[in-house]
Amino acid sequence: MTFDMTEFMPLLPEIWVLSMTCVVLILDLFLRDSNRVVTYWLAQVTVVGALGMSVAVSGSESQVVLSGTFVADPMATLLKSFIYIVTFGAFVYARDYLRVRDLFKGEFYVLGLFGMLGMMVMVSAHNFLTIYLGLELLSLSLYALVAFSRDDARATEAAMKYFVLGALASGMLLYGISMVYGLTGSLDISVVATAIAGQGEQDIVLIFALTFIILGLAFKLGAVPFHMWLPDVYQGAPTVVTLYLGSAPKIAAFAMTMRLLAEALGGLQADWSGMLSILAVLSLALGNIVAIAQTNLKRMLAYSTISHVGFLLLGLLAGTGEGYSAAMFYTLTYAIMALGGFGMIVLLSRAGFEAEEINDFKGLNERNPWFAGMMLLLMFSMAGVPPTVGFYAKLVVLQAVINVDMVWLALVAVFFSIIGVFYYLRLIKVMYFDPPVDSTPLVAATDFQITLSINSLAVLVLGIFPGGLMALCASAII
Amino acid sequence: MSFEKFVFWVFALILVFAAFRVITVRNPVHAALHLVLAFFTSAGLWMLMEAEFLAITLVLVYVGAVMVLFLFVVMMLDINVSPLKEGFISYLPVGATVAGLIIFEMAMLVGDRYFGLDKVAAPIARPADYSNTRELGSVLYTQYVYPFEIAAVILLVAIIAAIALTMRRREGTKHQDPAKQVLVKRNDRLKIIKMDAEKGE
Amino acid sequence: MLNAILEVVLILAKIVAIMVPLMLAVAYLTFAERKIIGYMQVRIGPNRVGPRGWLQPIADAVKLVMKEVIVPTNSNRFLFIIAPMLSIGPALAAWAVIPFDAGVVLADVDAGLLYILALTSMGVYGVIIAGWAANSKYAFLGAMRSAAQIVAYEIAMGFALVGVLMGAGSLNLTDIVLAQNGSLIHWFWLPMLPLFIIYFISGVAETNRAPFDVAEGESEIVAGFHVEYSGTTFAVFFLAEYANMIMIAALTALLFAGGWLSPFQGIPFLEAAFAWVPGIFWLLAKISFFLFFFLWFRATFPRYRYDQIMRLGWKVFIPLTIVWLVVVGVAIMAELGPWFD
Repeated sequence: MTFDMTEFMPLLPEIWVLSMTCVVLILDLFLRDSNRVVTYWLAQVTVVGALGMSVAVSGSESQVVLSGTFVADPMATLLKSFIYIVTFGAFVYARDYLRVRDLFKGEFYVLGLFGMLGMMVMVSAHNFLTIYLGLELLSLSLYALVAFSRDDARATEAAMKYFVLGALASGMLLYGISMVYGLTGSLDISVVATAIAGQGEQDIVLIFALTFIILGLAFKLGAVPFHMWLPDVYQGAPTVVTLYLGSAPKIAAFAMTMRLLAEALGGLQADWSGMLSILAVLSLALGNIVAIAQTNLKRMLAYSTISHVGFLLLGLLAGTGEGYSAAMFYTLTYAIMALGGFGMIVLLSRAGFEAEEINDFKGLNERNPWFAGMMLLLMFSMAGVPPTVGFYAKLVVLQAVINVDMVWLALVAVFFSIIGVFYYLRLIKVMYFDPPVDSTPLVAATDFQITLSINSLAVLVLGIFPGGLMALCASAII
Repeated sequence: MSFEKFVFWVFALILVFAAFRVITVRNPVHAALHLVLAFFTSAGLWMLMEAEFLAITLVLVYVGAVMVLFLFVVMMLDINVSPLKEGFISYLPVGATVAGLIIFEMAMLVGDRYFGLDKVAAPIARPADYSNTRELGSVLYTQYVYPFEIAAVILLVAIIAAIALTMRRREGTKHQDPAKQVLVKRNDRLKIIKMDAEKGE
Repeated sequence: MLNAILEVVLILAKIVAIMVPLMLAVAYLTFAERKIIGYMQVRIGPNRVGPRGWLQPIADAVKLVMKEVIVPTNSNRFLFIIAPMLSIGPALAAWAVIPFDAGVVLADVDAGLLYILALTSMGVYGVIIAGWAANSKYAFLGAMRSAAQIVAYEIAMGFALVGVLMGAGSLNLTDIVLAQNGSLIHWFWLPMLPLFIIYFISGVAETNRAPFDVAEGESEIVAGFHVEYSGTTFAVFFLAEYANMIMIAALTALLFAGGWLSPFQGIPFLEAAFAWVPGIFWLLAKISFFLFFFLWFRATFPRYRYDQIMRLGWKVFIPLTIVWLVVVGVAIMAELGPWFD
């Protein structure tokens, strides 16, 4: 077999990120603690550079290279670009938080970049093997990041839980993949898709394989009943890690679901859409109801994540191009909202104090009206109040579901969303109508404030002008 | 029965026995040693399939390195197995159901229907100078180069994670700096004091 | 059927032809060690048994075999007995792929180098199991030290071998020797000088020899992992250690010093003058040369401290080998003569 070096061109962003991460890793060894900010800037240069390269090498054609293990298509470009943007934001929010807690080490950024590389691999995978390896690369980085504050017993416990259950889920996924391999004799997504399409009658083993794959996916996404790890990990991990873990990886998980279910196992759509609808309804119900009982904001956001995953699944299970692009739009906007929401927690925290409780937000309006307004936008968006983007995202997903004649699902979703509005509004009430308990002024670096403001305003702007992003999402699904 | 078949059965029986003992034996060190035996015999089975590179790598990596570290840890633990076995009965139904389900699925999949002798082509007999190692290498570095490199990155992340989570510089530990020791001058350590000789009686 | 039996008999005969001289070599290596160290310490060494002490190793062997094998109470009897066998097994099995001359080899396997690497890595089980089964603190400490040390040095050793296989383009030991054909400077010791040195030092560490003999450390942990062994079982450990030493010396000779190739190759008159010398002589001469270093080290260097051993292995050898692999790779791509053209 000959090797054409031009085959590596679409991999340019991956190669860049890997090389730069290794540079950061080595360089960091020679930096004093006072110069550690160099690591931060290099990491950001890596992210921005990757964004530039991804856009530069993108094309409108789907291009499969390296013996069918890697695909460069519009969906990959779009999702990767958002992964870079969200990671960039996460790194900005993390810097000062880590610094005041003595956690400002190069490893945070190195692991963060490796996690980003894992997401890129997942997004661009065209082979079950690459999907799995990308997932492991991401997960391994995340396990380590969750335990990053290693003297914190809660973080260690969360990491342990995450690791054990994550390994189990990977095992499930791998078991399902191995069955698919046994049945079709290939790991290549297009070959698997053709083999399944060519198979006349439904095969019971194929359904088993599908079940295991969905089990693995549901765990990674955090859908009920495989959500147990999510609240504990969100609460236990350092807030900046929760922020990273709760935002960009969701995009990668969406890509993985798309590649596995829609592209490879598209022929089994009738089977998996039933399974997904159960997961979706359970996630919507449990996420929205249990979130009401939470007093810890990180836990509340974890349950809100579960309910959002329910919505995402709704879009996917419609199984139409419209549904996929609606789900993609939902995922991308959710990642931005989650980034902002956790960013607010980071903003309110300071050395020796974590603003995790809902009560810590009391009277935010008196302390800092601008950021109270930003938080208001984010919460409105999560709740799905117009004119924020959360409303539009929910709307397109529901539209896609109704268009495939699953009105009852749409009704269930609307019902639980209305329940969900309660706990978002409670936070807003606490911010605006309760007297402040704590009157310490909010201090944050300028770039932090600017990023957080842009982040929050994006929710509003995208809500008013959703057309551009929606068109991108629609063109990404071919 | 041909010689190969005989060897296969011997290895297979030892393998099953060893694997069974890994989970039934009480002493964790014995369990680890049985696992070593299991790895070794499966390497033997691979060797029978003329996959000598994989067989030797299995021995080299798992027997030679992984299990040594495993033993290293297990030997230092003082595990009392009996508390771990509490609740065996109460977990038995769930465990047995899952195990039964998995065995059923495996049987469905691995049985004749998909992997029967009529479905899978018999391997081509290779000439004596056929190098399994070279073939694996050429596939690994061409067709599977991308997954292969990602796997390498995963291992790198594992190393970074392990070091980041466990390495600490403790304050106040005493250690020697050979470079400084070598550079020491006589005057730093030794003081010559002039003393008058004692007067004799 | 008859042919098959003949084949088996032939293989057995070959095995005996390797084992018997090896055992003799081990016996006389112990004698050489005592003599050489004796001379280095300005004394004569053993000189009472037989003419000039030449029967000393025989007497030692007889003594060890006659002694009682004591199995400590509360030890794990089965593992205690099997540990010495696990120690000697790999040490002897590795000889199967060692070529003594062109084509003179028991099993000319394709992945010979890997096979040897796998087997040398298994020798540690004898040590670990012995240390654990004896149920004694000192023995256990010795086993722990040995496990950590061997894992550390095996990596450096493996990387050094990667350099060799890159240079030779083969894992077959005969091919590796033939790739060094030419002259003294064609041998791999020169282009891979750092790998050569690291390989040899790691070999010393892998065999638990001074100055890396912390697993025994008689001044700290009495005799380490084999403190509870006596008689034949002890003798087997002894045998394994020396067989491993010869093994490492032989491998060094094969991989880096041209194996059975004559050192006078390519030198106008000497080459012809020494053409009648059989290849095996050169190999044995080279093995003896490297074995001498083992003994010399023991007489010269004080024992390393344990953390120093770890630092040397992980922080010096491994990075060095990795760097040199890149150098070798570049040299091969550049077809640097006279080795890689």
